[in-house]
Amino acid sequence: MTASAHDPARAAIDTIRARVFAFPKRHFLSAGDLNAPQAADLLDLADAFVALNRQTSKTLDILKGRTLMNLFFENSTRTQSSFELAGKRLGADVVNMNPKTSSVAKGETLIDTAVTLNAMRPDLLVVRHASSGAASLLSQKVSGHVVNAGDGQHEHPTQALLDALSIRRAFGRVSGLTVAICGDVLHSRVARSNVALLHTLGASVRLVGPPTLMPAQAERWGVAVHHDMKSGLAGADVVMMLRLQLERMQGAFVPSTREYFRFYGLDREKLSRAAPGVRVMHPGPMNRGVEIDSDVADDPAVSLIQDQVEMGVAARMAVLTSLAARLEPVGS
Amino acid sequence: MNAPQPLAFVNARLVDPESSYDGPGGVIVSEGVITDVAKGREFGKLSKAVRVVDCGGALLAPGLIDLRVRTGEPGAETKETLASAAKAAAAGGVTSFVVQPDTAPAIDDPSMVDFILRRARDVDSARILVAGAATKGLLGEQMAEIGLMREAGCVYVTDAGKPIVDSKVMQRVLTYAKGFDTLLAHRPMDPWLGRGGAAIGGEFAGRMGLPSISPMAERIMLERDVALLEATGGKLLVDQISSAQALETLARAKGKGLRINASVSINHLSFNELDIGDYRTFAKLNPPLRGEDDRQALIEALASGLIDIVVSSHSPAPAEDKRLPFDEAAPGAVGLETLLPALLSLYHEERLPLLDLIRAVTLAPAQLLGLRGGRLAPGAPADLVLCDIDAPLIVDAARLLSKSKNSPFDGRRLQGQVLMTVVDGRVVHRAEG
Repeated sequence: MTASAHDPARAAIDTIRARVFAFPKRHFLSAGDLNAPQAADLLDLADAFVALNRQTSKTLDILKGRTLMNLFFENSTRTQSSFELAGKRLGADVVNMNPKTSSVAKGETLIDTAVTLNAMRPDLLVVRHASSGAASLLSQKVSGHVVNAGDGQHEHPTQALLDALSIRRAFGRVSGLTVAICGDVLHSRVARSNVALLHTLGASVRLVGPPTLMPAQAERWGVAVHHDMKSGLAGADVVMMLRLQLERMQGAFVPSTREYFRFYGLDREKLSRAAPGVRVMHPGPMNRGVEIDSDVADDPAVSLIQDQVEMGVAARMAVLTSLAARLEPVGS
Repeated sequence: MNAPQPLAFVNARLVDPESSYDGPGGVIVSEGVITDVAKGREFGKLSKAVRVVDCGGALLAPGLIDLRVRTGEPGAETKETLASAAKAAAAGGVTSFVVQPDTAPAIDDPSMVDFILRRARDVDSARILVAGAATKGLLGEQMAEIGLMREAGCVYVTDAGKPIVDSKVMQRVLTYAKGFDTLLAHRPMDPWLGRGGAAIGGEFAGRMGLPSISPMAERIMLERDVALLEATGGKLLVDQISSAQALETLARAKGKGLRINASVSINHLSFNELDIGDYRTFAKLNPPLRGEDDRQALIEALASGLIDIVVSSHSPAPAEDKRLPFDEAAPGAVGLETLLPALLSLYHEERLPLLDLIRAVTLAPAQLLGLRGGRLAPGAPADLVLCDIDAPLIVDAARLLSKSKNSPFDGRRLQGQVLMTVVDGRVVHRAEG
């Protein structure tokens, strides 16, 4: 018997070290960049981080001496804290930049900001921006590894990863499950990344929402498109609700909050159509009473929403670790 | 300046759209005009004063006339000046071009037209013509001084990339311009269907998460324009038609005998929406690129004559305006230097005869504006392009003469090298080597 068998923290660290692998790409920009074995490796690694994160002592030195820069052009307390915590637990020096309140507001372009920050030699750059393609553009101009933490309405790949992790831990698998992604698909980067990764992992995906919030020709993404929650949720193993931005509700895309909730809000009645043992997810922050009823959201028997937040830190630790595994060893 | 030496171009492949001639021959120019054209024969004994240019079988055609060129003069001279645009034009075989009024300030009164024409007099590598604004400040509210601008020398009126949204204003402009027999060029796009969009809505834009413009936005406004044209009897140029749907509308209008013509940009004949893949902002255009079905429909419409004119839609934007996230980046592409070789692709791909392609950039625009150029005939202006249409070419944006290098053709392999450009009987460009 090894010493680690008596020490769960040591065991978790040993598992992590055994599972570390070099990320297949220079940057993590899109969930579609991963093939099935790579995604599975990443989820396995993330699983090991979950075990570590549940110990009293959660810190590692895997990223010791590395600089992680959080570059959030768009505010997001939740995602930014998640990356910050992930970086700190891995031993990195974490710097948060919020260019919204700094020089970008003074007319500096994204590229100029990137070049300036690049000169400070961050090893890892986590980027959130309101424009689709911004992370990709920035990645062309920096020497560190870029993680896309959400670019406009395009992708949010670490969210898809943490969602897949939550599903896999709840069901023991992703393959063969039916996942219904519901709500404002049109404006959702979470939906786009999830469609890509869930496909890769062998799930069957449905998109459910009013036609005004469905992207043109979404059925060509290899998904089933439903405009009715009843049919869309029928037999679903996982119901993933999307956030509806309030400004999109007042007559622009849907007539009113109450009409939206009546037809597309998730409540017990609609959820009863889903498969037995269905689990409900939401990327947060939730609009209670708009896209989801509190009764459902807060029920620990069905809701995975709190798990998602926990998995977020672990999934991001896995991504940062494997990207850093591509770097030259510190001190070499 | 001394009068240029008379030139005799011999041993050329002449393409003259006016007489529909495509065959061996030669041209003599003297004192700024074409004095003799030999089709399928040789010139007799030439005077010693005449300099003979052996074309070696290369294409000799009327210089290109480009109806849609933006410069940055006045207001954004770092992007492009009249002089730099004219140099680029000469390198591309374009001998006349019409500058757009969307400058700062806008060309919306006779003094601005006069200003541009005075500045143009100092530029000798191309003939610069001016389009005046249709409405004051291009705001689509009050009519600009169309009559006075015509008198000052503008060749047509347009609000450039901005559609005239108010239908009543549009009706009045068409009606009023008719009194001066003035052409209105109009870019049809429904502003509400296009609001906030960066790409044409469809599967591709949806996947890329780009805010989209409804594919119908062009057709809907063109339907309105055609109805107003029918009621007013004016003269309309559909600026840069880009969709198969709008082509149907155009065909119906032409079928009714309305005075309507359409231009297409070389970009929309050469690229489709997949070229904006990976958020390539150099292929972000106005109107935006569409699917391959639309591109094919545009080529067919050009072949059938439904589309009359091809323009470069030269629109300089420096790197700082382009190296931005896609939805923030400036639309537009430079095109004066690549217009001819890109157009020749359609000949090499056997989509259109050379004569028809040349017509769309010479005689057709000349006739629409009542210009004397665009043909190889005695008395016509001595504006010519000599081009080796088979010479391979890899476009290198860094080597373009335009002040801005935003070319979506960068790195593309084309065929066709401009050997010499002649304006007003003077050689204004000669290929190196």
